[in-house]
Amino acid sequence: MPVHWRRTFAIVLRQLYLLRGSTARILPLFGWVAIDMVLWGFMSRYLNSLTAARFNFVPALLGAVLLWDFFIRIMQGVTMTFFEDVWSRNFLNIFATPLSVSEYVAGLVLSSMLTSSVGLCAMLALATLVFGLPFFVYGSVIVPFLLVLFLSGIALGVFATGLVLWQGPAAEWFIWPIPAFLSPFAAVFYPLSTLPRWMQFISHVLPQSYVFENLRAVVAGRAPSLSALLVGILLALAEIVLAGWFFVRIFRRAVRSGLIARYSAETLS
Amino acid sequence: MVLSVHQLSKRYGDLAAVDGVSFDVRRGEIVGLLGPNGAGKTTSINMILGVLEPSGGAITIDGIDLAKHRTRALERTNFTAVYAQLPGNLTVEENLRVFGLIYGVPHLRERIEALLRRFDLEGLRKIKCGVLSSGEQTRVSLAKAMLNDPQLLLLDEPTASLDPATARDIRVMIREFAADDSAGILWTSHNMYEVEEVCDRVLFLSHGKVLLEGNPKTLPAEHGLETLEDLFITVAREPLALERT
Repeated sequence: MPVHWRRTFAIVLRQLYLLRGSTARILPLFGWVAIDMVLWGFMSRYLNSLTAARFNFVPALLGAVLLWDFFIRIMQGVTMTFFEDVWSRNFLNIFATPLSVSEYVAGLVLSSMLTSSVGLCAMLALATLVFGLPFFVYGSVIVPFLLVLFLSGIALGVFATGLVLWQGPAAEWFIWPIPAFLSPFAAVFYPLSTLPRWMQFISHVLPQSYVFENLRAVVAGRAPSLSALLVGILLALAEIVLAGWFFVRIFRRAVRSGLIARYSAETLS
Repeated sequence: MVLSVHQLSKRYGDLAAVDGVSFDVRRGEIVGLLGPNGAGKTTSINMILGVLEPSGGAITIDGIDLAKHRTRALERTNFTAVYAQLPGNLTVEENLRVFGLIYGVPHLRERIEALLRRFDLEGLRKIKCGVLSSGEQTRVSLAKAMLNDPQLLLLDEPTASLDPATARDIRVMIREFAADDSAGILWTSHNMYEVEEVCDRVLFLSHGKVLLEGNPKTLPAEHGLETLEDLFITVAREPLALERT
């Protein structure tokens, strides 16, 4: 294995070691998403019972919740791996080594893929086996759906870690509500046209909104807009570039000020 | 020469934490970096470790410019510091494996086994570092610091908070490392008896500048003082008096 891959793998391995020995870390990987699946699964069933049997809420509502939770898990996978270094005051040990910033961030991303795939599998199992989510309804368009949400989740995770590095460990409390703040604009549960114009303007720069608009189109039997999905992918890629730029800028600032060497709750809060 | 520091400086606004410091560390040599709190020792070490950007000057590790080739330079370096404990939520073995991968150590499994034997850590390999005693944690940190057979080893108060017997054992291990591997060691400590016993040469820092340099056994007498501790106290309280001698 090339040496830079070994360094990236070290970050992933550290996360695996932490998961292996900790129920408190393993349970949240699928616990919260399982609760969401159960809650929205029954909600979808109930809505199905209220309406004339022409519209199935399971792929529209439960599918949307599944995809939104996937996005949140990806973002939190990045931030949680980073927080392990914050909580164990490990910055000096980690960054006074040959490890580069890009290798470290790659380690965060790979760790996130690993942990979020556990959540995704749990959600798929519950949604399909218990609530009969017909995943095939989405067809091959599920691939760009997942791609956009994966890329934008990574971007948001990297941005959030930069924010905590900048503002200090207490800024962790800014990070957790970000997905909730985004969700009304991402139009997870309703068409974009429901929103007022100023909110629609914000929605159009969020890649997630292109996924959920297309998801509703597919469930309603219309063809997905491939050009809209392409815009979503491009926006997500742009977010990744911006988030990477932000993180590197904050990291260099921390190296200039000496923050990396003395980063702790006491120094910034 | 494993370390060459030339006109190193670090400014925070008007404050010069390190002000034009120059020194070298040769192979097989243990150099003590001494001075009162706030003299610039840890700031200098952080710049040599690449976690603090200098305002000026140059650092060369094993002939490699740190500013231009950070990864290559740091592959030849390692450190342990009393304020940088290894993650307490990983076991001894897990920590060594993770850092061994980061440092690109070849034949890692064998290297870890050798270090566990060398630092008498075989019985603790499955224990989480957070529950080890201070002495055991120091031994683990030293094992981590020697994972990559560094050409340059930085030790920032490695025996602080250890009992005298454990501190002596640690000093013996470090001296053996310097003798066996021909590495250079930069050592900071506030224990002047330890410095006199271990270091081949010392540098006294005061207000970010190198005030004195020499053999720790003869330096006090050269300045009309009896012990290295007397010299340290004079540096801390009356640095101007020494600048005039």
